[in-house]
Amino acid sequence: MQIDWANLTILESTLGGVLIGLAAVLLMAFNGRVMGISGIAGAALRLSDGRAWRIAFLVGTICGPILFTMLFGGIEMEMVASLPLLAIAGLLVGVGTALGSGCTSGHGICGISRFSVRSIGATICFVATGMVSVFIIGLF
Amino acid sequence: MTKSLFSALIMGLLFGFGLALAGMLNPAKVQGFLDITRLWDPSLAFVMVGGIAVAAIGFPLVARKSAPIFGEAFHLSDSVKLDRPLFIGAGLFGIGWGIGGLCPGPAIAVLSLAFWPVIIFVGFMGLGLVIGAKLKG
Repeated sequence: MQIDWANLTILESTLGGVLIGLAAVLLMAFNGRVMGISGIAGAALRLSDGRAWRIAFLVGTICGPILFTMLFGGIEMEMVASLPLLAIAGLLVGVGTALGSGCTSGHGICGISRFSVRSIGATICFVATGMVSVFIIGLF
Repeated sequence: MTKSLFSALIMGLLFGFGLALAGMLNPAKVQGFLDITRLWDPSLAFVMVGGIAVAAIGFPLVARKSAPIFGEAFHLSDSVKLDRPLFIGAGLFGIGWGIGGLCPGPAIAVLSLAFWPVIIFVGFMGLGLVIGAKLKG
């Protein structure tokens, strides 16, 4: 293992994490809801009651990077997979987060900070398979 | 009703802005974080450090209230069951996260930069969410 010193963004990443944590706490305080994006997106896709706040949240999420770009001039972004691979990845992410009841936000931030055993287990699991997945991709 | 929609919109904005600042919107950076056997960029671990620190302090403060400011009740899961769907699901999610470098929040956030790769990812993720919910029953 070698540390990628050139690309380290510890300050920005910590501050970004603080804002994400703040959003999670405030969504609970104001709306009484867990800020889990796979759950919010999944329920927004179903024609059920309680879709409105979820859609409002997702609209805000889409606008966040626009605000960031207006203030700081741009967002660094480099795609890493071909279109067919992205389709497979999207499908895996969707099925996986629905089955596993959460993703990086719901389990990784909200669940872990409430010391949920399920969330700690899920987070260890998806980070581990993510590492294996990237290791295998790197072989080709 | 309108107030709760407005607050959800603002929290979404804060979340999307935080993701952009944190570097979570860059699939190459996400792969760098997961690539521990080669050139490892540990930055994104600090997103969890910052987020968990704030939430671990904030949630107990919120829990002192009997109800949310714009709602009737707190909606929380108190399940402690470490069952098979949890681990199979989390495992599949991790594989997809590694391949595409995107998890659900960032994938939706980068729709604002609307271009085909992201739209395709989010489209298939939506399909996956529906299939996953059906499988879970």
